[in-house]
Formats: sequence, C-alpha cells, structure tokens
Amino acid sequence: MSEPMGVCRMLRRALKIGGASMGAMALLGIAALGQQARIGKPASEDKVKGMDITVFPDGRGLPAGSGTAARGKDIFKEKCAVCHNDQGQGREGQYPALVGGIGTIKTPKPVKTVGSYWPYATTVFDYIRRAMPYDQPGTLQADEIYSLAGFVLNLNGIVSESDVIDKDTLPKVKMPNRDGFVPDARPDIKAKR
Amino acid sequence: MRDILNNMKKTDPSRRSVLSLGAGLAALTACNSAKQETPSLVGAPLSKHGNRSPHETSSRALPPPDTKTPATGSSRTPLQDTYGIITPSGLHFERHHSGVPDIDPATHELLIHGLVEQPLVYKLEDLKRFPAVSRIHFVECSGNGRSEYSGNLGADPQQSHGLASCSEWTGVPAKLLLAEANVKPEAKWVIAEGGDACRLTRSIPIAKLLDDALIVYAQNGEPIRPEQGYPMRLLLPGWEGNTNTKWLRRLNVADGPAMTAHETAYYTDLLPDGKARQFSFELEAKSVITRPAGGQKMPSGAGAYEITGLAWSGRGKIQRVEISVDGGKSWKDAELQQAGFAKAFTRFRMPWNWDGGAASLQSRATDDTGYLQPTADEMLEARGRNYGYHNNQIKVWYVRADGSVSHVAQGA
Repeated sequence: MSEPMGVCRMLRRALKIGGASMGAMALLGIAALGQQARIGKPASEDKVKGMDITVFPDGRGLPAGSGTAARGKDIFKEKCAVCHNDQGQGREGQYPALVGGIGTIKTPKPVKTVGSYWPYATTVFDYIRRAMPYDQPGTLQADEIYSLAGFVLNLNGIVSESDVIDKDTLPKVKMPNRDGFVPDARPDIKAKR
Repeated sequence: MRDILNNMKKTDPSRRSVLSLGAGLAALTACNSAKQETPSLVGAPLSKHGNRSPHETSSRALPPPDTKTPATGSSRTPLQDTYGIITPSGLHFERHHSGVPDIDPATHELLIHGLVEQPLVYKLEDLKRFPAVSRIHFVECSGNGRSEYSGNLGADPQQSHGLASCSEWTGVPAKLLLAEANVKPEAKWVIAEGGDACRLTRSIPIAKLLDDALIVYAQNGEPIRPEQGYPMRLLLPGWEGNTNTKWLRRLNVADGPAMTAHETAYYTDLLPDGKARQFSFELEAKSVITRPAGGQKMPSGAGAYEITGLAWSGRGKIQRVEISVDGGKSWKDAELQQAGFAKAFTRFRMPWNWDGGAASLQSRATDDTGYLQPTADEMLEARGRNYGYHNNQIKVWYVRADGSVSHVAQGA
C-alpha cells in the first residue's frame, strides 16, 4: 500500500513542477518526471532495434538489402500466390487483388488495389514485412521483401522487372494515386430538423 | 455433500406431523387443494466463475462460416438484447485482422521510443503502479453500418449497428507514460503498434494521446478480454475502433504519420470525385432503436409499449434524442435514461401506444456540439455510395399490422 501511494504522490508533485518547456507537453502543463519517480524501465538500443519495424514514407526505417521484380516472381509464386493468385489478381470474396483498377477510383465502381489506390510504395514494404504471408508473418528476409514489393509494383506497371528496389529507390517510386488523399473535412453534413 | 442432500430429501417424522396438521387445516378451507405443490429443490452449488442462465443464449453474430481466414473479420454485438449502457464483455464486438494472440502478461512489454529523451518499456505490473482512471466509453468500428450506404439494409440492430459496444475501461492516461519518456518538441504523431500477428499499426496525432487517451488493462471490472487486447490496449475515446490498438506493444513518437496500410489502403473514405478522406478519426453522433426493432415481433397486440435504444457521439455527450413513429413527419423528445457520459452509450426511451397498424419508427440524436444525425438521403448526397466508413444515418424500422418488425416497409 505504501509504495503505490508514494508513487502517486511523486507523480502528482512531478506533474505540478512543469519545468522544461517542451512544445505541446508544456502547453498541457506536463513536465518530464524526476528520475526517482519514473516507473518505466529504460529500453536499451538493442531492444528498440529489435522491435522497431516502422517504415516512413520518406524511407526512414527501411533496412539494408535489395531486390528486383524478376527475383520476386518465384518468391511470390511460392509464398503469396496461394491466396493472391499467380498474377496478384486475388480470389474474389476471400483475398484482395493486388493489381488492376488504375483509373477506376473516380468512377462509380472503384477497384482499390495496391496499384490503383495505395499512395506510397514504402507501405508495400512495411505491410509485407509486418503482415505477410498471412499465416507466417515476420518470416521474410529484407531482400525477399524488396523483391516482392518490386514484383507487385511491376505487375501494376509502376516499376520495371530489373529496377533495383532498396531503401533509396523505393521511397522515390511515384504511385498513381499519390495525390488521391485529402484531410478529414467532417462535419460535412448539416442535417435539417 | 451428497449425504447432506440425501438427508434433506428424507422427511423428518416430527416435521411430517407438523406438515400434516398444516395440510389438514388447509383442507378445511380448500377441500380440493390437499396436495402440496412440488417441494423446492436445493439449487446448484457455489462456483468459482459464474455463467449466465442457460435460458439466455444471445450471442455475437459471426460472419458466414465459409471464410478461409476465420481469424480475420468481425463479430457483432446483439445490441437488441442489452440493457442500460454497458455491453457484457463476452458480447463486445470483435474486429481482428489476424486473429486473437495468446499473450503472457508476464513477458509482454510496451515500448515507447522515437522522439523521446528516454526510450522506456512497461510491463502490465508497471502500468498498475500509476494512478488508475476508470471511464465509460464506447468503441465503434468505423465500418459499422457500412451496408447502410446502399440502403436501409441491416435487418436487425445487431446487423446494422453491432460493431459498437460500451464498457467501463480502467487504465492509465497515455500522457503520463509520454511524460516519463520525455517527448521532444518536434514530436507530432505517435505510431501505435499491436501485438497481433499482423502487427496492426495506426498513426495517431500526439494531441490525442496528450488529451484523453488511455492505456487500459481492465474492462468492466476484470482484466480486458483477449479479444479486446489483453493484456493492454490503447483507448482513444470517440475515435474509430481501428485506432484503439489492441495488444499494444509499441508507441513510436514521430514527426509525421507512417502511412501504414490501415490508414491508406483501408479506413480511408472515398468521395465521388475520387479523393479519399484520410485520418478521419472522430465518430459522429448516431442512434438506433433497439426495441422494437427489425427481427422482433410485438409481444402482443395494440396497446402500451416502450421504444428504447442507444445513442452515442465521438465528439461528446448526447444532448437529445428524438423519436418519430410516423415515418419522420413528427418527432418527440425521448427520455435520456441517466446523466449521459461523454463518448459513451446513452440509453433513451419513450412510451408508445401502438394502435395495431403499420408504423415506421426512427430515432435521431443531437450531441452537445449541436450536431444532428442525418438522414440516409442527406448522407448519400454528401458522400456517395463508395465512402464505405463512418455511416451514421438515421435507421428506420417498420412495424407491420401483424406485429412483425422489419427493415423493409410493408409491401415494399
């Protein structure tokens, strides 16, 4: 009982001090807590490295390694085609198509795929690395992921078979729907009473 | 134990004589009721964890059984069978993208890193050392009501609105953890990652984390259920369910969003001009009548009934709910059952004298920002049919003269 109470008191005191000014944090009156009040344990650099798989659209977070669509073809056949079909056309009602639909997004029947809808090529790498293959995520090596990203982009006519896909080239790939997104503009409906 | 029960069944002779006397006295006043009613039986023994009555079978609705990826999809809350504002934890809707992970709380860690002075890790036991807060909030999938863009299609409240549930959540304000890590001034977003197989990830503006966001470990008085993110999840009151990262394992403080698949390919709202709204977090005011509602039958003929339902808004409190029983021609204020909580279910009700004829029932909510729930026509005109998410249009139920209630008008 005494320890949690002590922690609470320390927290409250620390929150009231409001010392260092740090943008939004300071605006809200929250300051860094004193060393002795901290409950979280410092995370080592290795720990952060081991868990951090975020990839940003400017390429930050992409690992070393490289691939090409040509090399991705066989990997796709072996590890992805069972769901997404040989040419990434998917299987209706079960697994999404990865290709096609470019130019349909403005029409009454939009077909959303990696090629037609996804705004950033970096997301292709990020999503394959974190989530695919569906039944074995986290098993692909960086070179395989770059090659698979290249293969999917090539199916959509966005890169060539021999283009080298790596941490420098992938962020520079311009996706067809790159400018297709706008900020939330709601409330957009003024209902009549 | 068995012996005690057997002994209790044997009739004690001295007790029998008293009973006989009693029976004899009763016989004097009611000659043909000499036989006693069946004696009461001793009930079930104590148990370590209770279950509901076997007479109650209300369940979450699952998707069709032929899916090849049963761990991906959603199950829906039977809102029509709930009372008050709390959803039983076992009936809270589910939306998973790669199943429910089995996480050992002793080894699970939450990492906070990125634009912070000191990267930190927290275990469940660490979170419990902070001053806890408990709040009642709904969680709603932004795909709830998706089919309503194509018409008044949901056949009952579970099908039309069942991707919303409301619980009392207990945890620690996210801002306390961020304060410990000491966020750098250039931080604008926090990228939240789940511990499910697909490491589902969403980018959240840091202002929300510094406002009312919680990292919760309990739901309705018990540890949160595995389907809801055990041992810890992010709770962003009023924001689309997908951002309330379950099985939370990482908060990466950053200067911009990561543009993950679930904030670009999915959970973006396509307008007729081909542009899609992105980072549309807030859930707008919504309501649905849960009784009488589609799939039900009026228990008897014309007479006194109660219309009841649920309303909620991701922007604040429900201020007003109006009900129409004549297809929207006239509206009356419903009673709000109790002082409403912000960003929580609010129960509403209104007495109704059913004349036994066809009637069209609908409700519309107004929240404390003054926002009024729109009609289907208003929604369609503003957004078109391919918007996909954030449908909060008025839902209509048709009571028919035979007492059945449907989402389809009689003769339609």
